[in-house]
Amino acid sequence: MKPINEVTSIMTPLDRSNVDTDQIISKEFLKRIERTGFGKYLFYHWRFDAEGNKRDGFVLNDPRFDGSEILVARENFGCGSSREHAPWAILDYGFRVVIAPSYADIFYNNCMKNGILPIRLPEEEVEELLAKGKAEPARLAVSLAEQTVTQPDGTVRRFGIDPYWKEMLLNGWDEIALTFKYEDQISKYEEAMQRA
Amino acid sequence: MAKTIIDKIWDRHIVVGEPGKPDLLYIDLHLLHEVTSPQAFEGLRLNGRKVRRPDLCFATMDHNVPTVNRKVIKDPIARKQIRTLEENCEEFGVPLADVDHPDQGIVHVIGPELGLTQPGKTIVCGDSHTSTHGAFGALAFGIGTSEVEHVLSTQTLWQSRPKTMEIRIDGEIAPGVAAKDIILTIIAKFGTDMGTGHIVEYTGEAIRKLTMEERMTVCNMSIEAGARAGLISPDEKTVEYLRGRKYVPQGEAFDKAAEDWLSLASDQGASYDKSVSIHADEIEPFITWGTNPGMGAGISGNVPNASDFENELERESFLRAIEYMGLEEGQPFTDIEIQHVFIGSCTNARLSDLREAARVVEGRKVRGGVRAIVVPGSRTVKKQAEEEGLDKVFTEAGFEWRESGCSMCLAMNDDVVPAGERCASTSNRNFEGRQGTGARTHLMSPAMAAAAAINGRFTDVREEFAVHA
Ligand code: SF4
Repeated sequence: MKPINEVTSIMTPLDRSNVDTDQIISKEFLKRIERTGFGKYLFYHWRFDAEGNKRDGFVLNDPRFDGSEILVARENFGCGSSREHAPWAILDYGFRVVIAPSYADIFYNNCMKNGILPIRLPEEEVEELLAKGKAEPARLAVSLAEQTVTQPDGTVRRFGIDPYWKEMLLNGWDEIALTFKYEDQISKYEEAMQRA
Repeated sequence: MAKTIIDKIWDRHIVVGEPGKPDLLYIDLHLLHEVTSPQAFEGLRLNGRKVRRPDLCFATMDHNVPTVNRKVIKDPIARKQIRTLEENCEEFGVPLADVDHPDQGIVHVIGPELGLTQPGKTIVCGDSHTSTHGAFGALAFGIGTSEVEHVLSTQTLWQSRPKTMEIRIDGEIAPGVAAKDIILTIIAKFGTDMGTGHIVEYTGEAIRKLTMEERMTVCNMSIEAGARAGLISPDEKTVEYLRGRKYVPQGEAFDKAAEDWLSLASDQGASYDKSVSIHADEIEPFITWGTNPGMGAGISGNVPNASDFENELERESFLRAIEYMGLEEGQPFTDIEIQHVFIGSCTNARLSDLREAARVVEGRKVRGGVRAIVVPGSRTVKKQAEEEGLDKVFTEAGFEWRESGCSMCLAMNDDVVPAGERCASTSNRNFEGRQGTGARTHLMSPAMAAAAAINGRFTDVREEFAVHA
C-alpha cells in the first residue's frame, strides 16, 4: 500500500448523496481477477451512454477537473455492496482522497486498506466545498499528519481519524505483516478454544 | 451487568485488546465466493503466505453461475473467475461446493442450511449480505477483499467495537404481511444510513414469532439500513432449526452446544447505544418505487409528489429517481405495469419463500407479456421444492424454473432485465442498473412478486389472493 500524507489538487465536486458501490463500479466489470485496471470503468454508466459516448454534464467528463486527486460527495458515500473493486476503481482513476459527511462502514474500511484517505467533514463544510468547487475549480491542500483540509482562500478545516488507521495510512504498512507479530496470541487463543 | 448478545460474542472473540487500538477478533467461519476472493488468494501467493485455517473456510460459486444450462458459461471472463476459485480452493485446501456439488447455492442460503452458521460464531464473507447469518445470533458481517486476505492468512480481523442499536418491533404482523415488509418498512421509515457504525439487534414480539427463514430475510437487509451486521438472540426455534444439520455437533454434544447458544441471548435490561421501535400494525405489504431501498411505501399508496419533500436536495434526488424509474408523481402503485418478475436471491429464495409464492400462483397463469423466473437459493432448496411439486406449480403457471444462484439479483450472468423494462423482484437492491443497465427494479415479498406476475401490475396480495386465510 502506498503511504499517503499530503495531497494538493483540484477537487472534483460530485454533488450526489447515497452514492452506492454499484454506481462506483458496475457489476459487469467485477469479473476481473486483478486489483488494477478498474479506473476506466469508474462511474461508467454516469460517464457514458449506451453507445459509449461521454454524457454531457457529468462532473468526471468536465475537463476542468482532469487530474483531480480529491473527490467530494454527499452523505452515505459508498453504500451497498462490499465490493473492494469500488475503492480500486477510485484509486486507479487517480483519486487519493474522498471527502464526504459520512460513509458506509465497509467502504470506509476498504479505503483504508488501499491507501485512500476518506475524510469526514460536517455537512455544512461539505456543502461549502461543493458550492465553491462547482463555481470554479478549487485547489485543496490535504494533510493527514495535521488532519487538515485547506481551501484556496486559506480557510482550514480539521477532520478526525482513528489514530491506528492514521498511522497505517501514513506509513503504508502491510496490515497482515503486522498481525503476524501476534502469532503467539492467536495460537494461544486457538488452544484455549480447543479445550473449551 | 446486563449485556447484549453483541457484547457477549465480541468479548469472547478478542485475541488482542490493547487500549487505543481496534480489537483483534478471532473469526470462526469464513465464507468465500468467486467474485470477491481471487485478488485475496493472489495476495497470498505473491507474499508466499498460506491459509491459516482452511478448516474454518467454506467456498461456493453463486454470483456468476448460469441458471439455465450449468455447463455453458458464455462469458470467458466469468468462466475464468469460476475456474480461478476452483484452482485456489485446490491449492490452499479450502472446502468448496462447486457448481455440480449438491450443497451449492447462494453462500448466505447454504451457510444456515448446512449448519455452518451457528449462534455465537463470528462469521465473515466478502459480501455485504453476510448479515443474513445474524438471524441465528451470530456476529456476521461483510468484509472487503483485503480483509478476506487478512482473515485467510491470520483467521483474525482488527475491528473497533461498533455501537449497538436495538430495533424493536412490537405487536404481531397481520396475515398477508411478510418478513420482507417488516424490513422494507423499517428502512423507509428510518433511512438507509440509520445503522451506520452500529450492529443492530432486532427484538420484540413480532421478531420472536418469525420463523428462522423469516428472520434471515430481516437480517439480510440490515446492510440496506446501513448496519454491517444485524442479529437476533437465539431461542428454541434457532436450536430446532439447526438440530441434525450437516455441520452442527451431533447427539449429546449438540445439547451442550445448544445450552451455550441460548445463554448468549441478550440479558434482561441490557442497554443499547440507540433504540428505535415500530408497531407491527403500521406494516402493510410494501414495495419500493425508487433507486435505493429506502424509497418505498405500502402498496395501498402512490408514488410521492415533489411537493412532499421539503428539503431541496431530497426533492432533487426524488425527481432523478422517478425519472430513472419511468414513473409519474402521484401515480397509484397498483396502476404500474411490469414486464419481469424475479423470485430469488439470498433475501427470499428459501423453501418457505417459494411456498408463499406458489400459494399465490397455484392454478393461475402469468399475465401475457410478463417474463417470470424462479431461481431457488440453493440446490437443496431446489430439490426440496421439486419433491413438493412446487416446480410444477410454477411452470404450469408460466414461470421459468431455474438452477440456483444469484442470477437476476445482480445480473452478472445471463439473467438480465433490459433497459427501460420493469421488474418485480424479491431481491434486496434497487440501485440504478442493478438488474441490467437501465433496468427498473421494485423490491417486494415473494407473495407480492407472484401476485404481480399474475396481474401484470402491482397488486395488494391481500385483496385478490386470500393467502394466509
Ligand atoms: S443473491 Fe444478490 S445480494 Fe445475495 S449474495 Fe447474491 S448477489 Fe449478493
